Amino acid sequence: MDLSYSGEHESFRREVQNFLAENARAIPKHFGVNRPTAEAVAWQRLLIERGYVARGVPRRYGGAECPPDIMRAQILGEEFARARAPLGLVNQGISMFVPTLLEWGTEAQKQDWIARTIRGELIWCQGYSEPGAGSDLASLRTFAVEDGNDFIINGQKIWTTTAHAADMMFALVRTELEAKNRYRGITYICLSMQTPGIEVRPLRTMTGAAEFNEVFLTDVRVPKHQVIGARGDGWRVSNSTLKHERGMLGDPHAALARIRNLLGLMADETVDGVSAIELPVWRDRAMRLQGRALAMKYHAMRLLTAAHKGEDLVLPRLIVKLQATELNHQIAALAVDVMGEMGLLYNDAAHSRAGGLWQKRLMFDLGMIIGGGTAQIQRNIIAERGLGLPREPKMAKL
Amino acid sequence: MDFSLSENQLLLQEQVGKAVRCLVPMERLRRAGQEGDRFAADVWEGFCDLGIPGLLVPERYGGHGLGLLDAVVVAEELGRCATPCAFLGSVVAAPIALIEAGSPEQQATLLPEIALGTLRVGIAVSEPLAGARHDARIHVRNGLLTGRSLFAVDVAGAHRLLVADHAGGLFLVDTLARGLTMQYLETVDCTRQAFEIVFDEVPADPLPGAGPPVLERLGDTLRLALAADILGASGHMLREAVAYAGTRQQFGRPIGSFQAVKHLCADAAAELEPGRALLWYAAHAFDLALQDSHVCALHAKAYLSEAGRVVARNAVEVHGGIGITDELGLHYWFKRINWSAQLYGGPTALREQAWLAQASLEQSR
Ligand SMILES: Cc1cc2nc3c(=O)[nH]c(=O)nc-3n(C[C@H](O)[C@H](O)[C@H](O)COP(=O)(O)OP(=O)(O)OC[C@H]3O[C@@H](n4cnc5c(N)ncnc54)[C@H](O)[C@@H]3O)c2cc1C
Repeated sequence: MDLSYSGEHESFRREVQNFLAENARAIPKHFGVNRPTAEAVAWQRLLIERGYVARGVPRRYGGAECPPDIMRAQILGEEFARARAPLGLVNQGISMFVPTLLEWGTEAQKQDWIARTIRGELIWCQGYSEPGAGSDLASLRTFAVEDGNDFIINGQKIWTTTAHAADMMFALVRTELEAKNRYRGITYICLSMQTPGIEVRPLRTMTGAAEFNEVFLTDVRVPKHQVIGARGDGWRVSNSTLKHERGMLGDPHAALARIRNLLGLMADETVDGVSAIELPVWRDRAMRLQGRALAMKYHAMRLLTAAHKGEDLVLPRLIVKLQATELNHQIAALAVDVMGEMGLLYNDAAHSRAGGLWQKRLMFDLGMIIGGGTAQIQRNIIAERGLGLPREPKMAKL
Repeated sequence: MDFSLSENQLLLQEQVGKAVRCLVPMERLRRAGQEGDRFAADVWEGFCDLGIPGLLVPERYGGHGLGLLDAVVVAEELGRCATPCAFLGSVVAAPIALIEAGSPEQQATLLPEIALGTLRVGIAVSEPLAGARHDARIHVRNGLLTGRSLFAVDVAGAHRLLVADHAGGLFLVDTLARGLTMQYLETVDCTRQAFEIVFDEVPADPLPGAGPPVLERLGDTLRLALAADILGASGHMLREAVAYAGTRQQFGRPIGSFQAVKHLCADAAAELEPGRALLWYAAHAFDLALQDSHVCALHAKAYLSEAGRVVARNAVEVHGGIGITDELGLHYWFKRINWSAQLYGGPTALREQAWLAQASLEQSR
């Protein structure tokens, strides 16, 4: 274990600090909910040029092509957090689709999509789940049949986050109807959301926002060259996306930033003139969560080091999504508890804190516990793949 | 020994439950809280037909003369249907305050109208019960009220307000009185409403018997009514989750056959059930004015608030993605439970109060 910084790394840190100081005015104030704002796109472009984001993406696809360097990544995380500057865009295209494409895509596909995606110009949505295929994703029934150089797709997707704002979808469809094993015969395919036959209907959630959608596909024609990996091999391809999705959901810097906000709230929020942070019961709960967030931060560093050495720490990797989403939910729960009656307030009610943000998070983060594989499915995976316990009783055939 | 509800209480529960389910189907719930519907006049009329407003009013004033345990049984049914209507103020708080601290004239003039449901009372008592936030509190000078109260409830459609100051005094204020301004506050739960009320030298009618002991009793009734509401709302969410787990198929079998889903439901049920017994005992102890009634009331609300949060969360989880949609509407109960958990003190604050109350009980022995 060596966490000291070399002279070279110290000068990198100064470089980053200078960059942030010189470009303070370009730090976007508004990031955009579904599509990034123009200032967010400009910021992203600047960060790519400097080699601060899309670090692993080769130059020919518009990335920074930096050799893996965990210390540099760490320094970037620290300095950007200190400056309260976002370290680039986070969306399903950048975080999940690009890594998948780098692993499985053809040269033409990479040329076509990666650069525009990492620059924030091409927005993607993930078309996996269906009404009957949630946790049991492999039972999906959106069919694609061959027609010349195209596939024709029919079926329905659901819970598709940002489908209403996306340009493209990466989707799973069933192509081999008679495949014996239901994990075979699934194909990973990309489609433009402009294709005729696609209808997107918003679904409102308990936070009051319409974050996700139902997507109906009727005779949607998609060229075969938009298949990623081999036809019928989509299950394996999708597993690499899911790995990245679970990684995206477990960002410890985000959790620590929330803890900082929580502590700020607890200093401000007074009852009969005493601030919540002064009271041992509240403080203990906050410190407990901070401890967990720190553990997750160093856990992520451990995973990163292992990945760079080409090792896979199976069990430690599998627990990230479960622990991180639960942690976020608990942070929001404590904030609401601390607010007491103020925690009833929502949106822009007079006296509400940050527009009811904490209440919204309490509900939104419950969705995060469900999305990308529910907590129960995560526990099954941890027990079976991480601990080697026997599988649940036999699954029925499709 | 018989630790159970009486025949009459079971009958009351059944009748109210049936009626409220008719009054508040899901379509009705969707309209709740919208401007123009904040008072939910149709539901109140239904309450009046059932005699709910007179529940706690003594018989000689035209009420049913029932106890808090009966009110708790009713509150559970209201929670079960996430009923959008005034209840805490008129049905629970006002009769208790008048019975315990009102003058004979106040009782004789107000209680009969309260029992009929023609006089409706909102309450602004939150600060002395849950602590002052944003410096909200109320002072009395020369019999006039000045200051601010956040989280006044059952204000829409009310004729009077029951107001508490920080010294434990209780006052009745006409909602049309000069110097009074009310502002609606948007909250997470659209089935009930909170208002901010500003008092600027408002004339008020004091309850002569008021003081800290009565305020404590009043706080107990409100907290037990909220705890009961949580119990009902949680019961609904748990039942929905169990029903869904029995029908939803994944991996070729009902999800309820997976151990993980069973545990989600079982944990929720295991958390919730003891809360029911604690609630009953606390309400019973209140009715008999037993020594431990205050400590038990505090614990009952703290307990059910936490159990309610477990049930609300687990029930949503059992539903998977559909659980967080507006279409399914499970969120009305989720939010209702959250709301009830916050009002008049959350679990941490209430347990602190319980500890202090217990310590002073020990000392007085
Ligand atoms: C906020 C949010 C965003 C999402 N975004 C997307 C998106 O962009 N694209 C996309 O394709 N999908 C998306 N999803 C869908 C998500 O992947 C599914 O909701 C999730 O996989 C669960 O499926 P389900 O909702 O059908 O629940 P179900 O699978 O029906 O699960 C219901 C309950 O049964 C349990 N269960 C099921 N099987 C088992 C088992 N074998 N063992 C133990 N417990 C089990 C679950 O844990 C859950 O508690 C999103 C979901 C959410 C909540």
